[in-house]
Amino acid sequence: MPDTIAEHAASDLKAGTPLVQMQGVGKAYGAIRALEGINLTVNAGEVACVLGDNGAGKSTLIKIISGLHPHTEGELKVDGEVRRFASPRESLDVGIATVYQDLAVVSLMEVWRNFFLGSEIRKGNFPGAPLDIKGMREIADEELKKMGIHVKDINQPIGTLSGGQRQCVAISRAVYFGARVLILDEPTAALGVKQSGVVLKYTAAARDAGLGVVFITHNPHHAYMVGDHFIILKLGRCVLDRKRAEVSLEELTTQMAGGQELEELQHELKR
Amino acid sequence: MSTSVEPEPSPEPSPPKSAADEPVRVQRSFAARMLARPEIGALAAAIAIFIFFFAVAPPFRTLPAFATVLYASSTIGIVAVAVAMLMIGGEFDLSAGVAVATAALASAMISYQFSLNVWVGVLVSLVIALAIGFVNGYLVMRTGIPSFLITLSTFFVLQGVNLGVTKLVTGTVATTNIDRLDGFASARAIFAGDLNLGFITVKITVLWWLLFVAVATWILLRTKTGNWIFASGGNKDSARAVGVPVKKVKIGLFMGVAFCAWFLGMHLLFNFSSVQAGLGVGNEFIYIIAAVVGGALLTGGYGSAIGSALGAFIFGMVTQGIVFAGWDPNWFKAFLGAMLLLVVLVNLYVKNLATRRR
Repeated sequence: MPDTIAEHAASDLKAGTPLVQMQGVGKAYGAIRALEGINLTVNAGEVACVLGDNGAGKSTLIKIISGLHPHTEGELKVDGEVRRFASPRESLDVGIATVYQDLAVVSLMEVWRNFFLGSEIRKGNFPGAPLDIKGMREIADEELKKMGIHVKDINQPIGTLSGGQRQCVAISRAVYFGARVLILDEPTAALGVKQSGVVLKYTAAARDAGLGVVFITHNPHHAYMVGDHFIILKLGRCVLDRKRAEVSLEELTTQMAGGQELEELQHELKR
Repeated sequence: MSTSVEPEPSPEPSPPKSAADEPVRVQRSFAARMLARPEIGALAAAIAIFIFFFAVAPPFRTLPAFATVLYASSTIGIVAVAVAMLMIGGEFDLSAGVAVATAALASAMISYQFSLNVWVGVLVSLVIALAIGFVNGYLVMRTGIPSFLITLSTFFVLQGVNLGVTKLVTGTVATTNIDRLDGFASARAIFAGDLNLGFITVKITVLWWLLFVAVATWILLRTKTGNWIFASGGNKDSARAVGVPVKKVKIGLFMGVAFCAWFLGMHLLFNFSSVQAGLGVGNEFIYIIAAVVGGALLTGGYGSAIGSALGAFIFGMVTQGIVFAGWDPNWFKAFLGAMLLLVVLVNLYVKNLATRRR
């Protein structure tokens, strides 16, 4: 089973080659600068963790890479080519798949329809060609089983699955469709301990299969378990940028918790 | 369920395999799957109403009466099926009722004023109708203003234009009779002919209606486009994020409604040879109600084309049934309101039952 991901991962991935490179990337919404001066490199076979509190600019960063909102300054390179994505489709086409925390699935639609949404298999390639429903059901069922998600019925609406299961469906979907870069937006935020474990294992498996992973979280413990590189955002700026060897979990935790500010708060609240 | 992913072989004891090896996928029972269909509430209501009128109104039991019911249903159903698809896609169209009149008026006036073959008018009015649908869709997508408001504006604009232009061109509030123009007979055969099935003669609109419903059902359940329609209505952000062209899908749906409105407009024109400028006002709600009775959610992402047909059929039965039963037709609207409420409650209950977490 560990080779589920390796099976689908693009074969040209070589650990260590930079897939996505951002240089001085920023984004302004009108007069508000949500993000500025971000340098981030995502290498194949590595997990880059982006940490930050609410409103730190994590979501904006994802939206730039995944093509929901284009950046307004700096340079974004994918496989060495300068890009500026106008739509999620463009980003998907170069192999960047994003798994969103809240908008991962359409809850009233069946599990298999969600799995293949936007990349449906058809019998024939003419307008109005019928869907290969049987084939899609079987593939979705099999892929999910490989991940250890046993849905009672692949035809049930995905809204009836638990949060962790839905997250895993979204991740396995991204991997199945040959993602080279996987962006995980707070994949463990709404999950219990056990389900977080499943998602983290899957993240590690994706890394080992040679994918570049961007792991967005505000949980330094989860980040430290899988990360190779860490950046911490605060108010749209990067306040820490280290490799795994250069940083300890304590340091990450302190930085995330607010460092100096937290100490001050502790002092203030002392009893 | 722990395990499926183990990046590196680890010495940990592997979890009990037996559970994973068992066939875990179970089919829900037939009854459960049927209950999960959006149109189930409408089907129950249609059967109940049919039995009711069958019992209380003797004239209702004849075949010609059934043909009348089917005809009344088809004139609602042809537009309602497109409205249902639009609602599944998460949008509204309040201009569908008057767009019927706009298409019919445009077709009649163009053909008559320029003394052209009626088919020219038919085609030009199709272009006009599709343009109205496109403008509705484009404005909704472009501005992000709820479609309720955009199409309400279109509704008023078209209502005024219908009356104003008709008055300007013909001097009255109805178009001149066009039954002596070239091509009238063939157009009438296509849009408003009679269909003799041997034991029963029905209007050809019934056939068109069933055909449209079949096509819509095919699109919704068996094609990529259908998947995209459900996704655009169910959660447009997710849909967009996985690469579904939400804007195109929705604009297409608005144009679909416009197409069906045009079709009904052509039927009315060739059935009666002339049209009143005030035609169609108020019908937009009937289409929406038929779609909702058929299981479409106001919030989008759920519904069915067959449901809209059942909704339209219920309407047809009630409008005609009241007449056959010899009651005061003024009660119709009261009955309609009560039924809408009832069916929506049933649908809500069924939907909760179907999507409950198992």
